[in-house]
Amino acid sequence: MPAGTLYRGREGMWSWVAHRVTGVLIFFFLFVHVLDTALVRVSPEAYDDVVATYKTPLVALLEYGLVAAILFHALNGLRIVAVDFWSKGARYQKQMLWTVLGIWIVLMVGALYPVLGHAVREVFGS
Amino acid sequence: MSTETPTSAIGDVEGVSPYGVDNPAPVIEPPRQRTGKTPKGSRTNFEMYAWLFMRLSGIVLVVLVIGHLLIQLVLDGGVSKIGFAFVAGRWASPFWQVWDLAMLWLAMLHGANGLRTVINDYAERDNTRFWLKMLLYTATVFTVLLGTLVIFTFDPNIR
Repeated sequence: MPAGTLYRGREGMWSWVAHRVTGVLIFFFLFVHVLDTALVRVSPEAYDDVVATYKTPLVALLEYGLVAAILFHALNGLRIVAVDFWSKGARYQKQMLWTVLGIWIVLMVGALYPVLGHAVREVFGS
Repeated sequence: MSTETPTSAIGDVEGVSPYGVDNPAPVIEPPRQRTGKTPKGSRTNFEMYAWLFMRLSGIVLVVLVIGHLLIQLVLDGGVSKIGFAFVAGRWASPFWQVWDLAMLWLAMLHGANGLRTVINDYAERDNTRFWLKMLLYTATVFTVLLGTLVIFTFDPNIR
């Protein structure tokens, strides 16, 4: 089957889509995160109450998703910088994307226990 | 010997170019070419500086945000240890105040410029695009100022 075009439906397009989607998600979280942190100016109790929701198992899962989005956006962002500023960047963009995904998987496996460990202990008992 | 039409100076991606001397490729006008009629106001390099800012701030943010994630979610018990006391302990140090301030400003401007691009790409009606961007700029200014105020006026003895 022919590959279509150099860009459409290939690594370049899908990494661009993923970069947009993760970027928008991170921006919306950032907005909420500044608001919740602003509660330290209201009272220690108000802040601790809201932070308590961040420690629930369900939100821990969302945090894992947030870490996934941030790590992909960060690593792929470095790839974009390399494509734009490194003379051989465009030639190796595909290899760099697979490198990005490889590092991303390793980091996501590494984040499993620190981010989700407490949630697993809470749901299944320690 | 073949009598093919000479291929163009631009290398073919796949197959043989349909264009040649007798059948030239259509000329594509540059979409935003500056002419004498271009208004003075748009004769800046704003988009180039925005493009450069995304790359430079992005590199700095990789360090700031991944450090932030390590401190908040991984080290020293992960998310479980976060509370008012933990925030008070960190913001007692000017180093972490500057860290968080830089992260706030860079991340908000980086994100706002990213969303500006997304709005420009998908909102096709002039009015929709204008109001979505006004909403974005309002939310961005509000969030940056609120966050800055919180970092500078934080009081560990609020109670």
